[in-house]
Amino acid sequence: MTVGGEPGQVVRPYGDRRDDGVVQLSFVLPVPADERARAAAAEVARRMGLEQVQIAAMEPAADRYTFFVVYGRTSAAVDYGALQVAERPVRRKGFDELNALALREVGRRIVVLGACTGSDAHAVGIDAIMNMKGFAGDPGLERYPCLDARNLGAQVENAALARLCAERRADAVLVSQVVTQRDVHKENARRLVEELERLGIRKEITAILGGPRIDHRLALELGYDAGFGPGTRPSEVATFIVGAVLRRMGKELH
Amino acid sequence: MQLPDGRHVPDLRLDPSRVERCRALADAVTAPVLELVQRHTTVSIERTVLRLYGMDDADASGVPLVNRAVDALQARGLLDRGAAYWRGYVLRGGPAEPAAVVERLAALPPHPAPLAEAEERELRADLRREARARVDALLDRVRRRNALRDELGVGASPLRYVIVATGNIHDDVEQARAAAQAGADVIAVIRSTAQSLLDYVPHGATTEGYGGTYATQENFRIMREALDDESRRLRRYVHLTNYSSGLCMPEIAFAAAWERLDMLLNDAMYGILFRDINMRRTLCDQHFSRRVCALADVVIHTGEDNYITTADADEAAHTVIASQFVNESFAHRAGLPDRLVGLGHAFEIDPAREDTIARELAQALLVRTLFPGAPIKYMPPTKHKQGDIFFSHAYDVMADVVAAVTGQGIQLLGMMTEAMHNPLLMDRYVALKTSAYVARAWRSMGAELALRPGGLVERRANETLAKALALLEEVAADGLMRAIGEGRFADIARTEDGGKGLAGVVPRGPAYFNPLLEIMETR
Repeated sequence: MTVGGEPGQVVRPYGDRRDDGVVQLSFVLPVPADERARAAAAEVARRMGLEQVQIAAMEPAADRYTFFVVYGRTSAAVDYGALQVAERPVRRKGFDELNALALREVGRRIVVLGACTGSDAHAVGIDAIMNMKGFAGDPGLERYPCLDARNLGAQVENAALARLCAERRADAVLVSQVVTQRDVHKENARRLVEELERLGIRKEITAILGGPRIDHRLALELGYDAGFGPGTRPSEVATFIVGAVLRRMGKELH
Repeated sequence: MQLPDGRHVPDLRLDPSRVERCRALADAVTAPVLELVQRHTTVSIERTVLRLYGMDDADASGVPLVNRAVDALQARGLLDRGAAYWRGYVLRGGPAEPAAVVERLAALPPHPAPLAEAEERELRADLRREARARVDALLDRVRRRNALRDELGVGASPLRYVIVATGNIHDDVEQARAAAQAGADVIAVIRSTAQSLLDYVPHGATTEGYGGTYATQENFRIMREALDDESRRLRRYVHLTNYSSGLCMPEIAFAAAWERLDMLLNDAMYGILFRDINMRRTLCDQHFSRRVCALADVVIHTGEDNYITTADADEAAHTVIASQFVNESFAHRAGLPDRLVGLGHAFEIDPAREDTIARELAQALLVRTLFPGAPIKYMPPTKHKQGDIFFSHAYDVMADVVAAVTGQGIQLLGMMTEAMHNPLLMDRYVALKTSAYVARAWRSMGAELALRPGGLVERRANETLAKALALLEEVAADGLMRAIGEGRFADIARTEDGGKGLAGVVPRGPAYFNPLLEIMETR
């Protein structure tokens, strides 16, 4: 069989023999460990489409919780060649790789400012992205030697932020908007873009919007270069910033 | 070496004069910081004093009354006399109901009329008496906690520590009970992301949080009561811990003490380095919160493990040791005995390298040997965890083995899904089951093993100690704040007047009055 996506190539999980469809899974059911629990676990697996279900382990994880390790065979098969794979944005780069690349290709530290703007006092998002500690084991932008990142905190006025961007010749500005009552986040976010345009620096700076109710499309609508929603890791933002700065220099991030 | 709890660990030969010198230098490092602390108060310290007097409610919009009171005093430039004094001042002839006290504090003129000497004396005596009564009530609650612990007994060391972090305190309770049933000795309720940067303690029971559950006094109460109940059912005392860190260190320490928590994470260095909290603010707050912990018999945990989640764990091993000496000195200066000083460190060397166990063992044994009376807190691998949960599980088992052999006091168990999500119920179960196996299987090996003189482990431990000593020499010469400014810890540099919360630091005036501090300082 050839490697890659040949049309008509059907793949299934491979346990012990090709196409046997064997999968292993584990889960907990919120019931005491007894024969009824065992039957329930097997039924859950069957309803997931597994056949020849085997309960390999059933252990009481607590008084009313039972832990299962289950094997079974799935009949699910995938036409490997016919899959439509969505084009991915720039692949997130590792910390060291990105720093080395940015310092080499940009030749200086990239200036990044971040803030919660307007009346929004919820610094949770901007802190998760900017602070040294980072988020979910992914270090924050302050930690990147290739970035000169500064978190201005909460309730920063849009005009003051835009002015600071101009003074510090910032390459990127991160705006976090958490509060969304009556669409206050949209109005507030738009105002920063207007201020950047008023100062004539909109084209020299990458404007990024983030928050629990933000997605990429909304950010573009509001005049930003990118939007990041919940669960975003700092490294995704860092990679995007380096890519944007390189593009302005006529280079590409590979 | 035999530990106070009876366990044996392999003997590690260290140069005692080096250890002595490290302690002397650490004391030299903390002395000028203590002078600074003794000249200042903070908004959070003053809010704690008001909480002692029973001001623990919030207004209709959810703002804690203590914040409204202290903000009003600070706006009028009155905080340098201490919030307790002004509370007494407005109490004369008015109702003691907290909301009314806040209204009257907010109505004070910038220069309130001074009291006659006799009235002033009487006011202070009344406030002292009331503080004493409230402290006695607190100590009663602490005694109740300790009596339950003594009656039921605790699990074998290391105490096995797991986290819950659902965001909803009621779900946390359910998961904490399940973890206790599976063998957990300590439950940590992880706080909502970046609560450390809130300059107030949220109020009431909470059911929503980002990546954790808000630390509130009511959440503390709910969880401790559930664990009391579960402890009685299991006939084994289950401990509760939370975070006295960030901008509200002292208030959280007080709320936790009142609600009978057993342990608290408490480390100014963590706030400075990882949350960019102003160092003057957090060093003042840390001292006060540690005094509260000393008063209420709460074990503190320090955060040195975090250094090696950013800096390289192998290269930065000595920064952990140096910081532990400093933290020990700060703890002693706040009145904490060794048995309450849970110094932190971690198993974090990149597993792709060779001989990592020799180095991890050297580090864990070094910490254990340097601080024999402290309940050392050992953190599991996190930085190099992978989506391959089977590998991650094997990796955690190595940490379990090192913890067993080196006699750690409190062990946070690694979760095989560390790199992926908050622990699932089954992740905790598997971690507890496996660590119990390791503890059982390695029971007597700490007493059986002897290190080869001049071998890899002994050499590595002594090298690390020598580097820690050199770092402490530098820090003692430069001062702690400048050393932090130069990025000597965790590769992170912070400035003395940078970071969050500096505006909340207030020089004490000549008439500064803090009856809670007086009680804690003269115990």
